[in-house]
Amino acid sequence: MTLALIVLIPFLAAPLMPLAARAGRGVCALAAGLATSLSLVLLLADAPAAFAGADHRWSAAWLPQLGLSFSFAVDGLAFFFAFLILAIGVLIVAYARFYLGPADPVGKFYAYLSLFQGSMLGIVLSDNILLLLVFWELTSLSSFLLIGYWNHLPQSRQGARMALIVTGGGGFALIAGMLLLGEIAGSYQLGDILLQGDAIKASPLYLPALVLILLGAFTKSAQFPFHFWLPHAMAAPTPVSAYLHSATMVKAGIFLLARLWPVLAGTDAWFLVVSLTGLATMAMAAWIACFKDDLKALLAFSTVSHLGLVTMLLGIGTPMAAAAGVLHVLNHATFKAALFMSVGIVDHETGTRDLRRLGGLLWLMPVTGSLALIACAAMAGVPPLNGFLSKELMLEAAAGTTYLGLPWLFPLTAVAGAALSVAYTARLAFVAFVLGPRHELPNHPHDPPVGMWAPVAVLVAAAIAVGAWPGLAEGFVAAAARATTGGALTELHLALWHGFTPALAMSLTATVGGLALFWQYGPIEKARAALPRPEAKRMFDAAFDALVRTAERAIAATHTQVLHHHASVAVIAIAAAAGAWFLLAPHAPGDRAALPATVPAVAAWLVLAVVAAALVLRHRDRLQAVILTSVVGLIVSLTFLQFSAPDLALTQVSVEVVTTILMLLALNLLPKETPAETGAGWRGFDAAVAIAVGLGAGGLAYALMTREVATISAYHVAQSKPAGGGTNVVNVILVDFRGFDTFGEIIVLGIAALAIYALLDSALRGAAARRLAAMRPGEESRDAHPLLLVVATRVLLPLAITAGAYIFVRGHNMPGGGFIAGLVVAIALIMQYMASGYAWAAARARFDAHLMIGGGVLIAGLTGAGAWLFGRPFLTSTFGHLRLPLIGEVELASAAAFDLGVFLTVVGTVMLSLATISRVEERAEGPKPPPPHRAPRPRRRAEAEPARSLVPTEGG
Amino acid sequence: MNQWLIAPAVLPALTASVLVLALRHSLAAQRTVSLGATALLVAIAAGLFWVARAGEPMPYLLGDWPAPFGIVLVVDRLSTTMLLLAAVLALFVLVYAVNGWDARGRHFHALFHFQLLGINGAFLTGDIFNLFVFFEVMLIASYGLMLHGGGARRLKAGFQYVTVNLIGSVVFLFAVGLIYAVTGTLNMADLAVKVPQVQAGDRALLSAGAALLLGVFVLKASLVPLHWWLPIAYAAAPAPAAALFAILTKVGAYSIIRVFGLVLGGEDGGISTLAGSLLVPAAIVTLAVGALGTLASRNLLDLVCFAVVASMGTLLIPLGLFRSDALGGGLYYLLHSTVIAAALFLLVDLVAERRGRLGDALRPGPMRQQPLLAGLFLVAAVALVGMPPLSGFVGKLLILESSRAAGQGAAVWGAILVSSLVLLAAFARSGSLLFWKSPPSERAPAQGAGAVPVLCLAGLLALTVLLSVFAGPVMAELGAVAEQAGDREGYVRAVLGSVSGARSGAS
Repeated sequence: MTLALIVLIPFLAAPLMPLAARAGRGVCALAAGLATSLSLVLLLADAPAAFAGADHRWSAAWLPQLGLSFSFAVDGLAFFFAFLILAIGVLIVAYARFYLGPADPVGKFYAYLSLFQGSMLGIVLSDNILLLLVFWELTSLSSFLLIGYWNHLPQSRQGARMALIVTGGGGFALIAGMLLLGEIAGSYQLGDILLQGDAIKASPLYLPALVLILLGAFTKSAQFPFHFWLPHAMAAPTPVSAYLHSATMVKAGIFLLARLWPVLAGTDAWFLVVSLTGLATMAMAAWIACFKDDLKALLAFSTVSHLGLVTMLLGIGTPMAAAAGVLHVLNHATFKAALFMSVGIVDHETGTRDLRRLGGLLWLMPVTGSLALIACAAMAGVPPLNGFLSKELMLEAAAGTTYLGLPWLFPLTAVAGAALSVAYTARLAFVAFVLGPRHELPNHPHDPPVGMWAPVAVLVAAAIAVGAWPGLAEGFVAAAARATTGGALTELHLALWHGFTPALAMSLTATVGGLALFWQYGPIEKARAALPRPEAKRMFDAAFDALVRTAERAIAATHTQVLHHHASVAVIAIAAAAGAWFLLAPHAPGDRAALPATVPAVAAWLVLAVVAAALVLRHRDRLQAVILTSVVGLIVSLTFLQFSAPDLALTQVSVEVVTTILMLLALNLLPKETPAETGAGWRGFDAAVAIAVGLGAGGLAYALMTREVATISAYHVAQSKPAGGGTNVVNVILVDFRGFDTFGEIIVLGIAALAIYALLDSALRGAAARRLAAMRPGEESRDAHPLLLVVATRVLLPLAITAGAYIFVRGHNMPGGGFIAGLVVAIALIMQYMASGYAWAAARARFDAHLMIGGGVLIAGLTGAGAWLFGRPFLTSTFGHLRLPLIGEVELASAAAFDLGVFLTVVGTVMLSLATISRVEERAEGPKPPPPHRAPRPRRRAEAEPARSLVPTEGG
Repeated sequence: MNQWLIAPAVLPALTASVLVLALRHSLAAQRTVSLGATALLVAIAAGLFWVARAGEPMPYLLGDWPAPFGIVLVVDRLSTTMLLLAAVLALFVLVYAVNGWDARGRHFHALFHFQLLGINGAFLTGDIFNLFVFFEVMLIASYGLMLHGGGARRLKAGFQYVTVNLIGSVVFLFAVGLIYAVTGTLNMADLAVKVPQVQAGDRALLSAGAALLLGVFVLKASLVPLHWWLPIAYAAAPAPAAALFAILTKVGAYSIIRVFGLVLGGEDGGISTLAGSLLVPAAIVTLAVGALGTLASRNLLDLVCFAVVASMGTLLIPLGLFRSDALGGGLYYLLHSTVIAAALFLLVDLVAERRGRLGDALRPGPMRQQPLLAGLFLVAAVALVGMPPLSGFVGKLLILESSRAAGQGAAVWGAILVSSLVLLAAFARSGSLLFWKSPPSERAPAQGAGAVPVLCLAGLLALTVLLSVFAGPVMAELGAVAEQAGDREGYVRAVLGSVSGARSGAS
């Protein structure tokens, strides 16, 4: 549990930081320091177990189905890294307290820092590789926030983004690698995986897993060619750089290589890729570092170079080399953190980090200068400092390495790298601190407060101690090295003096060479300036921009907002799938006998074909299109009639009437022609698609009509009367067998009307309303409300309503029903509006159409729910017989109440649509002279509402 | 019979009709009733979820007609999971909407509840034609919600939306017609029995019908090349509507699970395999298109729309595998992607509101800063991209794992991981631009609708956090859901084996 706490504490502390910051900057730093120290104390409590190699783990389930668990374990290696993270963390927290300016929000800073710290601890303490992945990506995210901390600076934002994309992207590769590794090992528990080295290396999945894991590790640890993000991450505040690039972030990749060393290292693939990548990175970055004038950039490339060194050592694959790598992790962490902090102090005190402007700082800030110089010496590998120890071991390992039959490659490059390292360190040390001349500096520098240099002093002391008395760190490093090598390392003996070894000679060569390079810096710099220098950031930016541009072009080309395009694609895709699937399965023609082709049938068919063809040709004339479409509908009605479906025929006819009228009303406000949207070429293509789809649909219809299958409808026919209480099967299906469908469909109608209302209501306000008002009244009939029509419709109204009632009542047994009745009544009402004008009719309408829709759905729903009272399911119907005077016996079914709901909804829908469209018309027509056949009636007009008064109210 | 089984359909229907009938003049009353009903819906859905855990699917015989002759609803673990998701989402969205969006046009609340009716009905029904009906309810209600508030852009986008989806409706009718013609039934359980018995000579028609049906579902789920409507429609829709629409695409996904995994997947599983061979490649392309689209987007809303397209691609990969082990992970991703899509639409609205005339354009400019909002953007982006530790990562791991088990490793892994990187780049760029590059400014609009909308967003994001923290228990549930969703015999037994209320002539 304490293991989990070590990781958890920073995460718990993070959200508290902004709160602590309200109490003061010092309080916040103190809180962060306390949290870090608490974790550190808990970690130290685990030290004995870690050193003894005891199996110290803790686990809690997270996602057992996947093998993801909160598992933590500590061994020598985990302890080693966790200690570095926390110990340097404490120093960073203290340092940042003094580094951050008054304008910098400290709460945010410490919160991000805590998140980052927790994530790093999670990586090194995870005993489950999926959990490790979680923390891995969390470091990418939290470092993104840290690097972008000064988000007003463009370089901070760009640096943060680049770091996130490179390391986060590597993390995605790592996900795949870890999943493969778990697959091979049969477990995601690190403890299990580490025991399976041989099986893993023998697996055919080893190579892909290795490549993917290395992608993750190399991006994180800034190995060539992914090194470019690291220097740009220097836009972060210096405490962040000091933390991320000494002990933490970039060491995560190294940690992973060390962690998985027992199961991945030792193969040719590992050796060839890892050692060479490390070697190349070490030499290349050291070379670049030599020519950086920005101190942080110099340190950044130096960091890359040292990471390459460690990678190379781990890549060589011998236990001794790996141990040297582990030792160098410790050494690098101490001197690099110290140097970053020193540079931060310089920057803080002088206002610049430019080597060309700095000089002689040792005399101005003696404490900082001395500490920095010692740290530089450690970095250059000067005895008796810790850098010397690992440099010797590195050179020794390189000397013993033969790469692809080239015995000179590694020793030579390693010496060159070490020499370059000496050169850039010398440049940093001498130019900035020792040598004059002092230039005019933005601020007058002096040593900072103790709080700022004390952390540096601690680190420098460690560098000296480890170097001078290697025995101090031996146990610590040996435990880590043993854990890294899976016990293959038998003994580790660290000493300053190994006698006259080849490594010593190489070391001396490197030092002399490095100093010579520094001596001859001027000419070399000139020569180098003449060389082409590929700028990684520019390449990255160019690649990213190219990707964005490609994406933009691709999306712009394919995602036109033209309906014609995507509707065509949808139709083609669906039709093609249907065609392909049809062809993939066996098909036999149907065996049902065809009906004789009667003269009326052929005539209807011909009319249908001609009308459809005419519609295609004339569809741009909207009025004709509406009329031709209605002809199609009428032929369909006739077809229903022919095949003994009078209900359907009636429904179809009334729907045709209603929709045609509504469409004509709407057309009144619209252009009379549809503009041509496509050219001839497109039209040809469209025609081909339409013909193909039409033939396909026709073919399918033909196939259906020529076969007979037993269906559930036999039950409906048989049970309609006995169980449904009606002889009209269609109606019983509608209101009973499948009443729920009808319930849904009337709701569709109601929603449509509400949507029309809401839509046009918005349109009556705002820009659309102004357009309407500006609309020129079109050609008007001279006789807007013909008397004959007015009279006829008024006479017809009661008749139509009676007919509707009749159709409604008989519906259950004879063709009819609520739906048709609703349409019939609606038509009769529409006629009033048409004949006498909207205002006249609306003024006399007793019910708001909303009421009919809401009420209709409610009645239908409550009728359905009524069955609950009898313990039956929704929509269970019942029926009985009622004897009425004059009319005789009437069958009353509860379904009739449901049908009433249908009726009301249908009438309400039509009326609301009509009313809404009329309202718009009204607005468009605007004031106009009264129809000539009637004198205006001012009194009435005065009574009417202003809006309505604009419309002729005659006819009343 | 348990009358609560139909409550998720009846409640919104009655609520909406009461809203239209009696409360259309009082927005305050509408809000109260609407919120109350939605909260009740959450409770009912949770109750049903709990009841469905007990075991067998529970049929609800509408009109007391025996299956397969009437319409039957089937309440099982899958449908209740979806119902619960929809209800919870609806509650968050509604609370968001009552802070002003609902007043920008008429009938928001009625349309909202009709929309819920359509969604819930689609999840509940065990009848393929009834599914069509609820698709229609869903479509027309979503059209109404999309146009809420009006404006030329909405009208144009709405027209495209409704046209393409009406094409889908026609195709649906063709499909149902074909399937009915060769099987003689509409009941899903009965279909599951009859499909394997279809005569050899009729199988081509069945296949064609199935292909058409797949086309419709895929259109709803916005899979390439049937995805075009989504970025257009969702970008034009009012924010709360777009947030609610996050569940609409999932209705398409659900229908694929139900119809292609269970109903048509019988015997040799021929149709499922065929469907999978189309779905998985199309899903991979969808993921790629969505990811590229985010990179190409010039405003945040488009970016989110394409991210939703990408997430649908990711979702359809495990569903297209038609394996119950993959389905569990797929359902997890479904929960995640629904919640996160809704959250992102609300987030865009909140961002745009704070930037005044600039709106959601991805250009630097003044913004009324709110650290909480920036934090929420980070959480949402992390979840959507699939970075740890949020649900997107967990879902992605589950999908990667199951696709490898199904032998589809390389292509799926490549697509998911590379597109994750692209999404990461797109979100890092837009987040940096909106929250880092846009300094707080006096010129930025000052007034806002208070804390509630931001809290709604935070609440939705808290759900993704909960999904990740409780990934284990959630997956245990979803594993059982997936297992039941693939249990054809159990489904058929539960639906067709049930004795009707012995309905007689005078019941």
